[in-house]
Amino acid sequence: MNFDPRFSGRKFTSVGTRPIRPDGVDKVTGRARYGADFNMAGQLVGRVLRSPHAHAKIRKIDTSKAEKLPGVKAVITAADLPDLTDGDAAMYDVLDNCMARGKALYDGHAVAAVAAVDARTARQALKLIEVDYELLPHVTDVDEAMKHSAPLINDAIFTEGLEEKPVKPSNVTKRSQFGHGDVHQGFGHADFIVERSFKTEQTHQGYIEPHACVASVSSDGTADLWVCTQGHFVYRQHCAQLLGMEASKLRVTSSEIGGGFGGKTHVWAEPVALALSRKAGRPVKLVMTRDEVFRASGPTSATSVDVRIGARKDGTITAAEATLRYSCGPYAGSWAEIGAMTAFACYRLDNVKTVGYEVLVNRPKTAAYRAPSAPMAAFAVESAVDELAKEVGMDPVEFRIRNAAQEGTRSSYGPVYGPIGIGPTLEAAKSHPHMKAPLGKNQGRGMACGFWFNFGGQTCTDLNIGMDGSVSLAVGTVDVGGSRASLSLVAAEELGIAYEQVKAIVADTSSLGYNDMTDGSRGTFSSSMATISAARNAIKILRERAAQMWDISVDDVVWENGHAIAKGEKHGNLGRLSLKEIAVASGKTGGPIAGHSELVADGAGVSFATHICDIEVDPETGATRVLRYTVVQDAGKAVHPTYVEGQYQGGAAQGIGWALNEEYIYGKDGRLQNPGFLDYRIPVCSDLPMIDTQILEIPNPNHPYGVRGVGETSIVPPLAAIANAVSNAAGVRMTHIPMSPPRILAAIEAKRAG
Amino acid sequence: MAGVAVSTTINGDHVEYLCQPDETLLDVLRDRLGLTGAKEGCGTGDCGACSIILDDRLVCSCLVLGAEAEGRRVETIEGMAHGDKLHPLQQKFLEHAALQCGICTPGFLIAAKDLLAKNPDPTEEEIRFGLAGNLCRCTGYDKIVRAVQDAASVMKGA
Amino acid sequence: MRYIRPLSIEDAVGQLAGSAGTAAILAGGSDLLVRMKGGFVEPDLIVDIKAIEGLSEIRETADGFSIGAAVPCAVLGESAALKKAWPGVVEAAKLIGSKQVQGRCTITGNLCNASPAADSVPALVAAGARASVVGPAGRRTIPVESVPTGPGKTSLAKGEIIEAILLDKRPPRSGDAYLRFIPRTEMDIAVVSAGVNLTLDESGVVIAARVAIGAAAPTVLLVEEAAQVLIGSKLDEAALERLAKVCSGACRPIDDKRGTVEFRRKVAGVLAKRAATSAYARAGGK
Repeated sequence: MNFDPRFSGRKFTSVGTRPIRPDGVDKVTGRARYGADFNMAGQLVGRVLRSPHAHAKIRKIDTSKAEKLPGVKAVITAADLPDLTDGDAAMYDVLDNCMARGKALYDGHAVAAVAAVDARTARQALKLIEVDYELLPHVTDVDEAMKHSAPLINDAIFTEGLEEKPVKPSNVTKRSQFGHGDVHQGFGHADFIVERSFKTEQTHQGYIEPHACVASVSSDGTADLWVCTQGHFVYRQHCAQLLGMEASKLRVTSSEIGGGFGGKTHVWAEPVALALSRKAGRPVKLVMTRDEVFRASGPTSATSVDVRIGARKDGTITAAEATLRYSCGPYAGSWAEIGAMTAFACYRLDNVKTVGYEVLVNRPKTAAYRAPSAPMAAFAVESAVDELAKEVGMDPVEFRIRNAAQEGTRSSYGPVYGPIGIGPTLEAAKSHPHMKAPLGKNQGRGMACGFWFNFGGQTCTDLNIGMDGSVSLAVGTVDVGGSRASLSLVAAEELGIAYEQVKAIVADTSSLGYNDMTDGSRGTFSSSMATISAARNAIKILRERAAQMWDISVDDVVWENGHAIAKGEKHGNLGRLSLKEIAVASGKTGGPIAGHSELVADGAGVSFATHICDIEVDPETGATRVLRYTVVQDAGKAVHPTYVEGQYQGGAAQGIGWALNEEYIYGKDGRLQNPGFLDYRIPVCSDLPMIDTQILEIPNPNHPYGVRGVGETSIVPPLAAIANAVSNAAGVRMTHIPMSPPRILAAIEAKRAG
Repeated sequence: MAGVAVSTTINGDHVEYLCQPDETLLDVLRDRLGLTGAKEGCGTGDCGACSIILDDRLVCSCLVLGAEAEGRRVETIEGMAHGDKLHPLQQKFLEHAALQCGICTPGFLIAAKDLLAKNPDPTEEEIRFGLAGNLCRCTGYDKIVRAVQDAASVMKGA
Repeated sequence: MRYIRPLSIEDAVGQLAGSAGTAAILAGGSDLLVRMKGGFVEPDLIVDIKAIEGLSEIRETADGFSIGAAVPCAVLGESAALKKAWPGVVEAAKLIGSKQVQGRCTITGNLCNASPAADSVPALVAAGARASVVGPAGRRTIPVESVPTGPGKTSLAKGEIIEAILLDKRPPRSGDAYLRFIPRTEMDIAVVSAGVNLTLDESGVVIAARVAIGAAAPTVLLVEEAAQVLIGSKLDEAALERLAKVCSGACRPIDDKRGTVEFRRKVAGVLAKRAATSAYARAGGK
């Protein structure tokens, strides 16, 4: 494969325009089929029994009464999902999370499941399953879990990453460290030092569509799975491994997906549905309730972070240090590690050190949530940066500009940056009219920066040219928010044809080679690279066919604006051949024309953003109102600018919810108190203002069109931007997220009391 | 448990069905009648994804029993377009990219249709409060509000 | 489980009184269906009262208003006469849930659900509203505050139905208001709330007052002392501060997922002040 992914600086015809998405009409007419919108003949209803306890030994499960209930076709426990993970610790955790093996580790942990003829029978059957629990002491708070006196969640865990192997087990699974220089020396050169501790509570991705799937296992060992997922190829591998199936015999079709944000990146109920179907010999539909989604699927980490930053009088940061403690749920993770990598990524630092601790707690298994781990680290760092700027006596934007990373800077997590957008987003924010707008009484302005790596990964794409010259593009990255439109634009651009001539679909796992899932902001980045490659391969064939039709050498045929053109004086009499003309003749020139592409999309460009917001605080109640919000972010190249704006706005809105109201609230009994949209308060329409966006385009040198990922960075700055705004409005530094009215009022009252 | 026989009108068509006494209208629409445009995001009236219009009132179909539809008029997302001609709200949602994942879209369209029927010229604030019963997690609502504003001006001109 | 839709109140009462297992009354269903969905109740009999004659009407009588038990809250907002006479009651009813829930929920259901955080109840208590109860033993009229006896519990006997909520005709120079605190702008349950109902004399002095606080005790609190603070005042700053203090002091709140004891206590006073100011202005006070 001689694919050259380097940025070419070409002029665009289709890319950068804003056409209507190909899946749009189906979605506004109710025709689009999501996870729960699919049914199979003879299908059963699957339901999961979940632990009401935060931490309990499962002595015995008696399913006999449930099995005898008329209409019940299968009951399963962990015994029906034997351990086939063969030493793969991460997959063992996934298996244990799907169905508790010996111990229930959090309120909501699955312990058994049934398949029955209807929902009522399935519900009744769950009530007939008798589980004998032995309650164990639990811990849900990240700082509490680190104490020596804390109940042990897994006594086989000995902290990794310490210089000396610990002699006793603990809830800390891993320590990681990043940085360079000598922070001790750096702080010695500082005229001002700010040192603060911060906490953030656990939040949920809050996708509106609950997890849903239909599984059908045949007696010959083949199976079909219809599921809402961010990565059907990954789900296939997980399920095949956990059920002992051959991957190629399990076809997974990704339905339309009603939001994921990282929460639909690993399996939850799908292996359970497959196991039920295998046992019952009938298709099984399993749809989580909202309560189950909150109690048992993917929250982010709760965190506790200490930050210390020092600067000279001239505003130069001399040293920066952070210790980050992230909850992982009851299974090992690398969430603090990611937080430690991202914490100071926006800055040019000579002396920097970050340390992360992964902490087990009796809460659901932590899953990725849009730029996972970065928002909490940015909250702590950007809050401290604001305070330090104040100490130095500099404007917070100027202070950040002075210390911003740039091309050639060695990042705090190791690599040296290429061309990056942190400086430009700060300059754009500085000159944005929002920065100069007047503020009223009890109002404050805050700003903050954010960073995200972005990923590439394994990608496979097919581009098939129909006999009528229309193009079907089959991709394997799930479309979570409009990528079929952007990828159609890319195919049209590369082929030189109209957007309307291309139809993009997401192919199932049997129709295309392996694709990593849609995470890490990789969907458009990696699949557009694969689409360009596939289109280039198709163009090579189109040129060959044209050469054949003209009976000239393929070396004399070039591809321009959707046409084959014969070059050279001796071919002056030959007209152009359109893609359509070549396609129509293809049956006589060698058969179907297609371009394939299999690649690992390396070189995802790092992404930066700067956000500005204005908040009003009611000093008598602690209530907040978001008055104005502006996002400035580098997209590399905005393929479909409207959907890029949408990503900026959506990430900002999620960050606003996280900053102000969203949190998991656990009772003393370790049970989740607010597993519903009523009391897990995501922003409603009337909570938000319009969210202004400014797209900057600093091309990624490692992508033909300069594309970077855009999906995640937008959730990184809001926690800090809002905290800075609230702190300015209320006159007191807020260090605990969410900044719910009781917390703000308590802070105001404490300050009043002196 | 004895089934309840129901005779009702859905999107202008006469429909009869048998449902259980505790079965919601949402379950009837989705599981018995194949009308899966209304979605269940929560089942407790907190997300609005199952919005329908029942006798000119906007309701969550998860908070209505199937048995209650007897003799009433039900409008769902499937009845919003006229043949292949989209309702102006549907068209504007597409043009403004007022959807990303699209799971909340049917509920928003029904709620917005009800809003504009009762208030053809709403302010931004009226739109925001009028649609506060519908959760969207993708868009930050910006483009949804703009699409409704644009559709309102188109519909006033029509 | 059976679902029935009686046409008369007598039939409904008879069915409820005669049912062997658990029976539930269905009007708007916005609480009942949520509880059924969560598996918290599984009624043997559901009595849908919406087809009963008169229960879906708001009637204006010589004595005031009679709001049928099946009237959705959205309809309250569409009644100009009711809105003019009792703006605080209507604004409270219009705060329950979303537009979608408004199309279904009723103030009678809100009262009988017996949540201390119910939005319409403090406004109804402040308004001195009464409930017309029909049961196997006939009809009786009781103050609304005597209906809820604790979270989820009411004083209604088996077979009894509230057929209407009664609101008095207003004396001149009267006004009421309701305010609640929620963290978002919509869709939340009140963390704490206050309803105030005032009547003034010609010089703007408060001559009658009722103050109710919600979500601050197992049932809505009617704060007599707060009314006494306001009566005789022109709602000057000192009276408002005393009102806030009295209301905060009357609270017996709990810490829960929606708020803390300190927060509820403090904000109850703030809301009482603000609601009183609004009610005073509505009564024509300056």
